Amino acid sequence: MLDKIFFYLQYPFVRYAIIVGVLISLSSSLLGVTLVLKRFSYIGDGLSHVAFGAMAVATVLKLSDKMLLILPVTVICAVLLLKTGQNAKVKGDAAIAMLSVGSLAFGYLLMNIFSTSSNLTGDVCSTLFGSTSILTLTLNEVILCAVLSVVVMGIFIFMYNKILAVTFDETFAKATGVSADFYNTITAVMIAVIIVLAMNLVGSLLISALVIFPALSAMNVFKSFFKVTIASSILSVICAFVGIMISILAGTPVGSTIVAADVFVFLLSFAMGKKK
Amino acid sequence: MSLLTVKDLTLGYNSGSIIENLSFTVNEGDYLSIVGENGSGKTTLMKSLLHLQKPLGGEIIVSNDLKANEIGYLPQQTVLQKDFPATVKEIVLSGCQSHMGYRPFYGKKEKALARENMELMGILDLEKRCYKQLSGGQQQRVLLARALCATRKLLLLDEPVAGLDPKVTIEMYETIKSLNEKGITIIMISHDIAAALEYSSHILHIGKTIFFGTKKDYLCSKEGQSFTGKEKIYA
Repeated sequence: MLDKIFFYLQYPFVRYAIIVGVLISLSSSLLGVTLVLKRFSYIGDGLSHVAFGAMAVATVLKLSDKMLLILPVTVICAVLLLKTGQNAKVKGDAAIAMLSVGSLAFGYLLMNIFSTSSNLTGDVCSTLFGSTSILTLTLNEVILCAVLSVVVMGIFIFMYNKILAVTFDETFAKATGVSADFYNTITAVMIAVIIVLAMNLVGSLLISALVIFPALSAMNVFKSFFKVTIASSILSVICAFVGIMISILAGTPVGSTIVAADVFVFLLSFAMGKKK
Repeated sequence: MSLLTVKDLTLGYNSGSIIENLSFTVNEGDYLSIVGENGSGKTTLMKSLLHLQKPLGGEIIVSNDLKANEIGYLPQQTVLQKDFPATVKEIVLSGCQSHMGYRPFYGKKEKALARENMELMGILDLEKRCYKQLSGGQQQRVLLARALCATRKLLLLDEPVAGLDPKVTIEMYETIKSLNEKGITIIMISHDIAAALEYSSHILHIGKTIFFGTKKDYLCSKEGQSFTGKEKIYA
């Protein structure tokens, strides 16, 4: 089997897939911890559907670089969603649900009406489930992805202590002069960037799995914020790597294989947590 | 010396005011209890003192020695915190954020401060324990230690004994008292009128009528008598 793995690693597209997979799973799991603790697990799901809608619009407009539309739209929605949490005319969870199904429906509608492709179902399916798009990445996409995820990780490390303070107790943080709103906005922007990047990896339906599963698995076993953060990123990277390898060897879809690995690890950690 | 002066304060939301023309002064070393019925605006007042909510009118004057980020705050616990994976040390350290600015990591000074406050609260041996596994009283001590990391001048406590059993409640009050004796000014929201009368030096009663004054005056006042349920006090 090792021979086979090394054989595949000779191909650049396999190496690209692994680089992108590891980077995205690492940065999504870092942000996952604070999102899960803030009860915002669902935001990943909502935003990924927004990204899907934006992607449909970009396809219809025949934009050469779809990222130019998808990224800003998703970032704006992320900031708006995290803001509505506070002054609630539409409650946070309802707002996410509305935006999420709304953009999913409009995205599909647009693609259906304006699409020139002969294989519409295939197009939609690969956007939703990622299927093979991670194996067809170009070098430019890999570089963009690497730069953005390294930036996200860098910001996370520098803001780590503030994120802990704001996540644990926003009121206290604000009362003692920490600009919690600023850090919340940055977190929202980072999560939007990661979600747009992750669309290539697992498709827009499965993204929230990358965000929440590693964090939840780590929380089952570890009791300090630092250990949870570290464990979450390690688990996430292992799952992504193993998932990609299995999918190449066994010919299974990449996204769902990675998520299946995440679910498996979660069940293991749950059993371990119960034992203690 | 006055630390905090509140002048003709009107509090409330867009829909209307809850408290009108509230004035009082907190001097250094005071122990002020804020009492009143549910919905009388105690928590709103607290939020305004912390600059979390803008008052509809009037002003809150803070002494020159007291910067905005020098108020330690003990909030009521949220559901979210009940299962938060963090150690005692991590949480106490987070109180130091107020003087960190944009500096990303804690230095020796912050670690020493956190240690000192954990020692003061008697939780140094719990340092590495997980917050969610502690008892209610221990959790409150952790949050107090965190508040002390933010300041050593003024502590605002929002119902610090809510949900604690009677024995731990007394311990908590004794701890707060000892902090006050060390010179830390205390402002406490309380439902527990008996304890407020036992421990504090000043009382602010808000409701249909407002009373502010020393404990002794309060007991003789109309508000005090109706709230304590005693017709006559032989003080």
